[in-house]
Amino acid sequence: MSALVPTVSDLFLDSKNLLCPMPIIKLSQAIKKISVGQTILTETTDPGSQYDIAAWARQTGHELLSTENEGKIFRFLVRRNK
Amino acid sequence: MDAALQQQVEELVAKRLAEIEIEKAIQDAQRVKRLALVASKGSLDMAYPPLILASTAVSLGWEVGVFFTFYGLDIVNKEKLPFLKVAPIGNPAMPAPIAAIPSLQVPNFLGMLPGMTPIATAMMKSWFDRANIPPLQDLIDVTREGGGHLYACTTTMGVMGVNEENLLEGVECRGAAAFLEFAAGADVALFI
Repeated sequence: MSALVPTVSDLFLDSKNLLCPMPIIKLSQAIKKISVGQTILTETTDPGSQYDIAAWARQTGHELLSTENEGKIFRFLVRRNK
Repeated sequence: MDAALQQQVEELVAKRLAEIEIEKAIQDAQRVKRLALVASKGSLDMAYPPLILASTAVSLGWEVGVFFTFYGLDIVNKEKLPFLKVAPIGNPAMPAPIAAIPSLQVPNFLGMLPGMTPIATAMMKSWFDRANIPPLQDLIDVTREGGGHLYACTTTMGVMGVNEENLLEGVECRGAAAFLEFAAGADVALFI
């Protein structure tokens, strides 16, 4: 478990206290709002989202740059690839 | 043919086969995946699984088609969608009404009493609400906006007396053959 490190991103998406499928739906909507090469930082509390966001990245071709968690908060940095 | 030449041919063939394998893997990874669902149930609890899967699949960039048949047709019926219910009778999985006292189970047969279905429905809606689960209409909208197809089974429409104007906007009326043709190309096909 690594501590939360402040990370620079182009967009912040708060999906805390949301359950599946909302963190994925909101992330796929948000990624359309940034340009290719830009990043989104999203925070979730659904434990399933650790696996869901990794699967979403593999399926959509976007890149999951980092995953962190502290306590019950999961934090993901995602880059739009296409 | 001498042994050296034979070996050279075999090496070239093996190399080409390996290349073809890699090309196939790349093509497979780039191909858009497809989800085909049959939604056959029209109770509040059973309307969620197909719509959660469909809205997630469009978010993954997949092609999606959901075939709403029999009671499942109520999910895309605009007059019925807001009033889908869950009945406690015959459902032993229904949790206790007071979460703090899980042992206080209502005897199942009491589910037949008038008012029990609306109570169970209101209870379940409050759980969804507390967990920030969006209403069914929102999941339908996400699926539609993501290019997902919502197919209404025309046989069910005929049997239940449902017309096209009773259905939500964008719902496509199809028979089994048209859905099967879509499902034949699916990577994931589920009956719910």
